[in-house]
Amino acid sequence: MLQLAGKRLVQMALIMLTVSLLLFLAFEADKYSLAGKVLGQYSTEDQRLLWLEQNGYNAPFVQRYFTWVFNAARGDFGESVQFATPVSKLLKDHLLNTAVLGGLVFTITVSIALVLGVLSGIAEGSPRDRGITVLAVITTSIPEFASATILVAIFVFWLDILPGTSPFSNGLTWADANQLVLPVMVLVIYNFGYYTRMTRASMAEVMTSQYVRTAILKGLPYKRVILRHGLRNALIAPFTVMILQLNYLLSGVIVTEVFFSYKGFGKLLYEAALFGDIFVIEACAMVAVFIAVFSQFVSDIGYTLLNPRIRFS
Amino acid sequence: MAAPDMNTPVLECNNVSISYYTRAGEIPAVVDFNLKVMPGEAVGIVGESGCGKSTVALAVMQYMGKNGAIVGGEIKFMGRDMRTMSEEELRDIRGSRISMVYQEPMASLNPSMLIREQLNEVLIYHEGISDEEASKRSIEMLDAVRLPDPERVMDSFPHQISGGQQQRVVIAMALLSKPQLLLLDEPTTALDVTVEAGVVELIKDISKRFGTSMIYISHNLGLILETCDKIAVMYSGEAVEFGTVNQVFDEMRHPYTRGLFNSIPLPGADRYSRPLVPIRGQLPLPHERPTGCNFGPRCDHFKDGVCNVEALHMQDVAGQKGQQVRCERYLSIDWEAAKPKAVAGDGVNYGKTVLQVKNMQKYYEVHDRSLKALISGKASRFVKANEKLDFEAREAETVAIVGESGCGKSTFAKVMLGLETATGGEVILNGQEIGQISVHKRTPQMVGSMQMIFQNPFETLNPSHTVGSQISRVLRMFGVAKSKEDALEKTYKLLDMVKLPRDFAQRRPRQLSGGQKQRVGIARAFAGEAQVVVADEPVSALDVSVQAAVTGLLTDIQRERRTTMLFISHDLSVVRYLADRVVVMYLGQIMEQGNTDDIYSPPYHPYTEALLSAVPIADTSITKKHIVLEGELPSPMNPPSGCPFQTRCPRKIGSICETDLPEVKDLGNGHKIMCHLSEEDLRAMEPVIAMPSDKKKSAASKSPGRVKAALAAASIAAIPGTAPKPAAQDKPVKKAVAKKPAAKKSAAKKPAAKKPAARKAGPERLKKARGKADDLKLISGVGPKLEQTLNKLGFWHFDQIASWRKADIAIVDDELSFKGRIERDDWVKQAKALARK
Amino acid sequence: MTDTTAEQSNTPDTAKGLARFLAAFGLLRESWVGMIGLFLVSFWVLVAIFVDLLPLQDPLAQTRGAINLAMLTEDKTGVMHWMGTDDRGRDLLARLLHGSRVVLFWSTLATIVAYSVGMIMGVTAGYRGGWWDEIISFIGNVLLSFPQIVLLLVILTAFGPNSNVGIWMNTALGLDKTIVSGALIIVAITFSTAPQVARIVRGIVLDLKTRDYIAAAEVRGEGPLWIMLVELLPNARGPLIVDACLRLGYVIITIALLGFLSLGLPPPDPDWGKMISDGRQWGYNGLNMMLWPALAISSLVLGLNLLADGLREISLRD
Repeated sequence: MLQLAGKRLVQMALIMLTVSLLLFLAFEADKYSLAGKVLGQYSTEDQRLLWLEQNGYNAPFVQRYFTWVFNAARGDFGESVQFATPVSKLLKDHLLNTAVLGGLVFTITVSIALVLGVLSGIAEGSPRDRGITVLAVITTSIPEFASATILVAIFVFWLDILPGTSPFSNGLTWADANQLVLPVMVLVIYNFGYYTRMTRASMAEVMTSQYVRTAILKGLPYKRVILRHGLRNALIAPFTVMILQLNYLLSGVIVTEVFFSYKGFGKLLYEAALFGDIFVIEACAMVAVFIAVFSQFVSDIGYTLLNPRIRFS
Repeated sequence: MAAPDMNTPVLECNNVSISYYTRAGEIPAVVDFNLKVMPGEAVGIVGESGCGKSTVALAVMQYMGKNGAIVGGEIKFMGRDMRTMSEEELRDIRGSRISMVYQEPMASLNPSMLIREQLNEVLIYHEGISDEEASKRSIEMLDAVRLPDPERVMDSFPHQISGGQQQRVVIAMALLSKPQLLLLDEPTTALDVTVEAGVVELIKDISKRFGTSMIYISHNLGLILETCDKIAVMYSGEAVEFGTVNQVFDEMRHPYTRGLFNSIPLPGADRYSRPLVPIRGQLPLPHERPTGCNFGPRCDHFKDGVCNVEALHMQDVAGQKGQQVRCERYLSIDWEAAKPKAVAGDGVNYGKTVLQVKNMQKYYEVHDRSLKALISGKASRFVKANEKLDFEAREAETVAIVGESGCGKSTFAKVMLGLETATGGEVILNGQEIGQISVHKRTPQMVGSMQMIFQNPFETLNPSHTVGSQISRVLRMFGVAKSKEDALEKTYKLLDMVKLPRDFAQRRPRQLSGGQKQRVGIARAFAGEAQVVVADEPVSALDVSVQAAVTGLLTDIQRERRTTMLFISHDLSVVRYLADRVVVMYLGQIMEQGNTDDIYSPPYHPYTEALLSAVPIADTSITKKHIVLEGELPSPMNPPSGCPFQTRCPRKIGSICETDLPEVKDLGNGHKIMCHLSEEDLRAMEPVIAMPSDKKKSAASKSPGRVKAALAAASIAAIPGTAPKPAAQDKPVKKAVAKKPAAKKSAAKKPAAKKPAARKAGPERLKKARGKADDLKLISGVGPKLEQTLNKLGFWHFDQIASWRKADIAIVDDELSFKGRIERDDWVKQAKALARK
Repeated sequence: MTDTTAEQSNTPDTAKGLARFLAAFGLLRESWVGMIGLFLVSFWVLVAIFVDLLPLQDPLAQTRGAINLAMLTEDKTGVMHWMGTDDRGRDLLARLLHGSRVVLFWSTLATIVAYSVGMIMGVTAGYRGGWWDEIISFIGNVLLSFPQIVLLLVILTAFGPNSNVGIWMNTALGLDKTIVSGALIIVAITFSTAPQVARIVRGIVLDLKTRDYIAAAEVRGEGPLWIMLVELLPNARGPLIVDACLRLGYVIITIALLGFLSLGLPPPDPDWGKMISDGRQWGYNGLNMMLWPALAISSLVLGLNLLADGLREISLRD
């Protein structure tokens, strides 16, 4: 167990290093272009050279890379060009907002998906199963910007009961909680289908397994068969994938955040990308990758813990 | 639990029909099925795949899945029709009064639950007892199914114990609630031969020890003979014959039953004395069954206007109480004329030595990445998949390599074919070293001269390409065919050779049956004009009747083309039929090798002896010694020190077996045994399998080994079933041997005629009628029927049985027609213990 | 040995192969879900192919004074705009239908490229094993550790049309702006999709390579290339066709999404994602502009997903 965790941690570190190197190469290998981006296209050649000199960019590439990695590891990603504030502060605020949105979406999605998935999986082929499956296919086929459009048309323009944007100008307060309804709805609709189908597939597979047959033919009550023999094994795979999808909440919300002007991580990254705010992009990418790798780690460990065949072998 | 009424059948199936509903419509799986199981009775259902035998078991459990249904007839359990029972009543019966044991133990146990919980829940839900009490009962039951260290097993997950142990757990689970009926669906098919023997031994006891009735489903007639009292033979959804084991095995009436028996190899016979006769044709698909007799199109005794008119019914066989057969013509068939004739041995001339394996070794490096290993510097170690293999094969010769899983036979095949290279030693093909040359470095000619036939018919052909293109690819690769047209022509010739129609060249593998695919596999292997063909269990996945045809074809082609064949198998009865020489392997090493006759008769290596004893034999006239190996197959990753077999060897001498690898003893004629036992001890062994003595003469003329076998045959009846003891104890027995063959002969042939004589010669000195009789059923192995017989012979008390001598046992054996199945010796031991109480 | 390589695949019949392929769609009739999917997809494919023949307005022509018209309104020149017009007075119906060509062309191309790369990676990693597997899997893991949109954003900002690379492609290679954008989008999608395809293919190959027919091919001395391409891949086609349908749907969403984020193809070509983001500027007045492309893209992706579902259903039956 410890050994596996250690091995995974090493892999994590290796991936993070590779990613950081790739990012650094992509954005800072050409330091003149970097200076141009930071100082704006109307800066003069001399200004750029001076800036490079002052910020230590004349050091050899390898040294610059390691300085950068070292600083990044401490959370120091430099200063945003666009907002002229430290990137770390920007990140903190926006991450918090996204965590609220993402957390809500994750909780609701997982609850719906587990219930529907299990209901559908234990009765494979029944009308109920087909209904749920088709519903799941339809909702996953509608991209967020499309469903957002449709929902805004209904709830904002037609019924006029919800605000069409979610800027939270006064910070996250209860008074403005209705601003969260549409973004949450959009994300839940797009995501629950995938989780549902996965839970269904896993449950359906377990229900046709020989050990469930054994449990039924042992004369156990149906409830016991489902809850103790079925669910326990059926939830291993969906659990792993759901944890893996945690990182989606960080980046997959970009479109929704942009659509509803929600000041989250995704919007920050998107605007930085449009503006060419290199340091913010780097920081966002590093954070996103870190969270992805970390959720992979948690999911691997979780899988091992849940699966006795791997835990004791 | 109500005491079972001895006259009410536990289970009664009346005219049961079962169908599956698919897109193509209703598919009848089982039609007009009748079965009656009395208390304490064990009934076997035998048949090939697709005959509907497992469907019957699931129907009895009333578990038909989404698309299956019982469409007619009734299934009565203890007199009540199960079809009228509510879901709740069924739940109550399942697992407590009827329970089931499945084919794959690993898959039938929940992987994420402790065995403790899986066992306890049966009792908790059926009997409402506390967890502690349930644990106590579970441990007792694990002990009763002879699992070592039940407490440890209780706290294990299924994957932490071996396959044999898993199946014992499943059996224990089924027996926990003391069911009246136990269904066993191919319970040992997934197990290794020697492990299977142990589980069968356990199953044999169940009905006696627990009073449970059994339905034992198997494709293996030998296993049914060992475990059951009655047998139903199924073919294409119908029972075609029913009767007691003796009726069906000795006087089978249905042509299919006879065909089945004629197509299975018996270890007592070889391809000359009793050639295998395959059943021609194929099993009809359920929706393509013919009118009248389903077996009609494949039957040699088919008569137009009789057999294909209307659906046939089971009819009672005249003069045989209880025997039934579904055949209109069973009285008019001349069985003597239809009997397979012995053929003259054509005396193969072996040519020069083609293949020499000298001291071949194959080690795999395993990396241990645990911290402990890294620190201690033992991060990698070697697994000895093959150690010092040493043998030769000549032209036109068949060498069988026999062993259980993990014995290294597959690794050996890989080295032969160049998929792996040898770690040491030499493999010489036609004077050229090939063991170190991987297949990509071999010349096309070298590759072509060594080809392989694979085990699994469903995987042997690439499903994406036509049969023809797969054969012609081989022809082109090895340069046998020069042009497209030539390749096509030669492909047709090869299809002719394996007796397949030429238009199969355009077919895709999924349009072929298992046997046909295997024939294509054979054609492909011989396409490159191979000198050596390695056949890896080529028939083990096929149904028995098809096996015979494919085996016959394979050996014919091989002899005709004078190809050397290495036949890898775990099945000693098949091997006897086609091998000239046998190599027995265990954990990567050769334990014994020699000519086929020498392997099948003493002296044996103790492992060969156990393997032979583990082979189920479908012949009531054959007696065999029961040797059940202790423990499980050790993992090749972690082999025992000294002799690899020492952990399970019943003839272990002492510490020398644990410390030293034995020398290879050459007993002459190329017969080599690797064992610490002295040559005298080895030579003093008795045969495991004893044929009825009327075969003695023909056998005697063949080889000196056979004489010994035949002579010793009778002695088996005298001391059957003893777990082998150190050889010293075997010696005195040998003296008594020679006297008896005459008595044996008549006993085997006509047990009925012998009866009066036996009674007269009965053990008068033991007949002391006195007081209340003991309950002889307490002796494990004695059921109500046997008790009656024993009483008839004058045995009423434990002490009488306790004082049996060899001669008495022989007499009793003559009287009971269950020879070879029941261990009288064991009875004596048990009776002694019971008498003392 | 090389002269025989083509033989096995083409000796029998290419015509029969096509017939079998069509027969698979014939089987679809038994799955109504699949039939609906097939209908939706065929509709859009036919529109994309024959859009030039349809009696439509010029999708790029701007009608003065006919901005943000509602559906079913005529402009002053008496031209009927069935779906209304956009913020520049262009006919929405024409833009929508012409947009299908843009979407399907680039998404199909991107999927094919990503799939080819992914299959090569996957089959090599799965069959070759060892270091091949370690290295390919590591590359895959690195790429997969980027959440997809982040990877797209990073690639398109670092190497997009306005970066040095983009400008170089535009000036030095003389490539059209649309082609530069398209090529970059394809590269970005390949980077994010190919590792996923590779992972699936690797899984299938790991399973398939234990089959006896692979051993049979090895035993007769076939080279790795033959085994991978002729013996392994054809047998993986079932699950891969299903996955390719789903994957194409994702790619369509991704391309539309890039359009929505103004990172997609350059104007003025109609792009459904861009149409939605343009409409968003106009609040209530832009609703007309947003709804139609939203429905169009949803129906196309839904069609692909249903088709995949139907194909999976019939493939599981046999």
